[in-house]
Amino acid sequence: MNGPSPVLSIENLSIGLPALSDRQYAIRDLSLTIEAGETLCVVGESGSGKSMTAMAAIGLLPPAVSVLSGSIRLGGSDLLSLDEEKWCEVRGRDIGMVFQEPMTSLNPVMRVADQIAETFRAHRILSPADRARRVVELLAEVNLPYPELIARAYPHELSGGQRQRVMIAMALALEPKLLIADEPTTALDVTTQAQVLKLIDNLRRKKGTAVLFITHDFGVVAEIADRVAVLQNGELVEQGPADVVLNNPQHPYTTRLLAAVPSLTPPPPKELRNEPIVLTVEGLRKSYGGRGLFRKSREVRAADAVSFDIRRGETLGLVGESGSGKSTVGRCVLRLIEPDGGRIEIGSLPFGSLPQHDLRPHRRRIQIVFQDPFASLNPRRKVGYIIAEGPITQGVAPDRAFEEARILLEKVGLPAQAAERYPHEFSGGQRQRIGIARALAMKPDVLVADEAVSALDVSVQAEILKLLIGLQAELGLSILFITHDLRVAAQICDRVAVMQKGRIVEMAETAHLFADPRDAYTRQLLAAVPGRTRLIDGVQNR
Amino acid sequence: MLHLVISRLVSLSMTLLFVSLAIFLILEVLPGDPAAIMLGTAAREDTLAALRQELGLDQPALVRYLDWIGGILHGDLGTSITYKMPVSTLVAERMSVTLPLSLLAILISTALALPLGVAAAARRDGPVDRAVLVFSQMGVAVPNFWIGLLFILFFSTHLGWFPAGGFPGWGAGIGPALQALLLPALALALPQAAVLTRVTRSATLEVVGADFVRTARAKGLDRGATLRRHVVPNALIPVTTILGLQLSFFFGGAILVENVFNLPGLGRLAYQALNQRDLVVIKDIVLIFSGFVIVVNFLVDLGYTILDPRLRNRA
Repeated sequence: MNGPSPVLSIENLSIGLPALSDRQYAIRDLSLTIEAGETLCVVGESGSGKSMTAMAAIGLLPPAVSVLSGSIRLGGSDLLSLDEEKWCEVRGRDIGMVFQEPMTSLNPVMRVADQIAETFRAHRILSPADRARRVVELLAEVNLPYPELIARAYPHELSGGQRQRVMIAMALALEPKLLIADEPTTALDVTTQAQVLKLIDNLRRKKGTAVLFITHDFGVVAEIADRVAVLQNGELVEQGPADVVLNNPQHPYTTRLLAAVPSLTPPPPKELRNEPIVLTVEGLRKSYGGRGLFRKSREVRAADAVSFDIRRGETLGLVGESGSGKSTVGRCVLRLIEPDGGRIEIGSLPFGSLPQHDLRPHRRRIQIVFQDPFASLNPRRKVGYIIAEGPITQGVAPDRAFEEARILLEKVGLPAQAAERYPHEFSGGQRQRIGIARALAMKPDVLVADEAVSALDVSVQAEILKLLIGLQAELGLSILFITHDLRVAAQICDRVAVMQKGRIVEMAETAHLFADPRDAYTRQLLAAVPGRTRLIDGVQNR
Repeated sequence: MLHLVISRLVSLSMTLLFVSLAIFLILEVLPGDPAAIMLGTAAREDTLAALRQELGLDQPALVRYLDWIGGILHGDLGTSITYKMPVSTLVAERMSVTLPLSLLAILISTALALPLGVAAAARRDGPVDRAVLVFSQMGVAVPNFWIGLLFILFFSTHLGWFPAGGFPGWGAGIGPALQALLLPALALALPQAAVLTRVTRSATLEVVGADFVRTARAKGLDRGATLRRHVVPNALIPVTTILGLQLSFFFGGAILVENVFNLPGLGRLAYQALNQRDLVVIKDIVLIFSGFVIVVNFLVDLGYTILDPRLRNRA
């Protein structure tokens, strides 16, 4: 790198993990530089050490983790030699940071204005009156509507995207030389994500801030990076300009990660016209709220005249942003929540109108795989029991149910001995396999997958999708696949229904929908998919 | 916010009404003759009849209930059978001991528990944390009347710093009165302080790990400022729940402690009234205790909405 000296330079950094960890180093021999006005994306899967790098750069490593060797320099001064008092001066003033979770990263009992003003206060900059004025200016700078109102709001009164803008306003309040953004858009909807990425990019250009951007998503990388550094198990495997790394990766791990990024081009469609219709949903309605003695009635229609059907062996994608009602529809179809109206039929069975008592023996016909592989399995039960429990309650002899559980585990790609172990002994992807085995144990006709791959790394995501497609072909399953991610929907769905505010605004064959979206909202969603222009073509060309 | 206060006030009045009805039903309507309870099984029939008439027991239940409630609304709690004086005078007199005693105990308890709990959590597993854990373990394990007895033995009998019991009355001056209340208040406060310390500690620990605390540190706030401005205000929310539950314990716990220290308070009055089967007094005291608990809960609910803006929009 010639030219001006870098804003941040990390040299031969090694960070040790506490004894008993699965590896010795969080980061090993890492060297990176970022110049003023440049965005460096650090990419990696969970456990790659990318967040550790960010926390080391702002001096907030967890107590059990420590820097073993190397240096971190900010504009020439050695950060690792700072004492706590000096660190407090650097944080916020020279380095700003935006975290992943907009829902929890702001203090819930403090007004937005006070939280931003606190940055000035901590560094004894400006008078209280000037701080208040500057806060409103900052909120306007991050494109928040009605900045005076937002300043007086509490975090819970704002949406996720608005909160993340507040975080950015806070991080940039003192115009730091370096902005560290740790997965800042991961928890946001695609359209919000696109706006926040653009905002960060504009501010970087305007103020010449150096940006260290941590992400797991190559789509986001393609959208925002000048240069890319790829981390695997704490080691840097590849670094270079974004276009070079994305289009001509040198390291096999980078190639593998890029190949796992789902593209928007669906595989050739299956021939399903002669298959029988297994699930019919017609005019499904469900509203929340709107009652209470003193409450102003504010009714939310989560499902409003939703109709669709799914054939044997078919996958219907239900796509939408958070709050669109897609999960409500999934849960109504399962009758985990009771719909307000509409018809649900499985084959010829009037599943939607059965009274609770008659419903129970038929519940096995439709099963669900949940999003969170960590919270959806009972931590106190062995895996074999978790899988066999359903069939046993349906009257299958325990011995036979346990035997079938072992067979199912092998079918989903786990050893049969996994039945004797507890959920915490498995990784996220393995647990999702267990979740699928649990659902399949009931021999369902319909599988509802509610964001079933959203919490997984891309490479694991690709494997789970492959597993689902294989199982579907073998068992003739009908799948209702609920997701916020159009790229994932493209890979697995035969048809896609786009939901907005409780309504299906467009439903068509996947290839058709992506090639020729009719509805304005569908077009907006497709346009917001990150890395569409720079990455998708590159991946397609290989 | 106004909606919330009004709706809570409505439900508070309903609860009070329901409680008064329950007390009345249990003491006066359920099978068993109140006059016979008061006078004992050996009482003569004409004495019983006289008492029934004096208490108005010959009237229908509804009239008696309305008389009771109507009297209370006018500040008339009836007349005690054993003390031969208005219950309101009796209660007011005793309240002047129990109320300061409870308040003092609450003050001591929170003044001990909050700083100790936060200090322990701020340096987890440090020497302060370990000491606090030992203190709270002991405080939870030892009952308050036993602590009271130990205090009397050590501070009064052995060192002679405090009176061993009794109350000189507020007429004797604030100094001696407080001196008489301090030991009982401590005995009342310590077990509750131990529980509250633990709650404060774990609530603080939970908040210390929160994402927004990390955000505060990333802004450049030092440890102390982060603790004061972000951790403590959030930790106070669960602490308030427990404190609210404890406030009623302070009032109830006074029964034991007042007896150990021989203080002429409401708790001692309740105990004596029970011994003497003075149903008029018992009925009123039970209602006062219940009313106190209900009002405290109301105040705690309001306290929540001050501490936690997320609750303000709910009604």
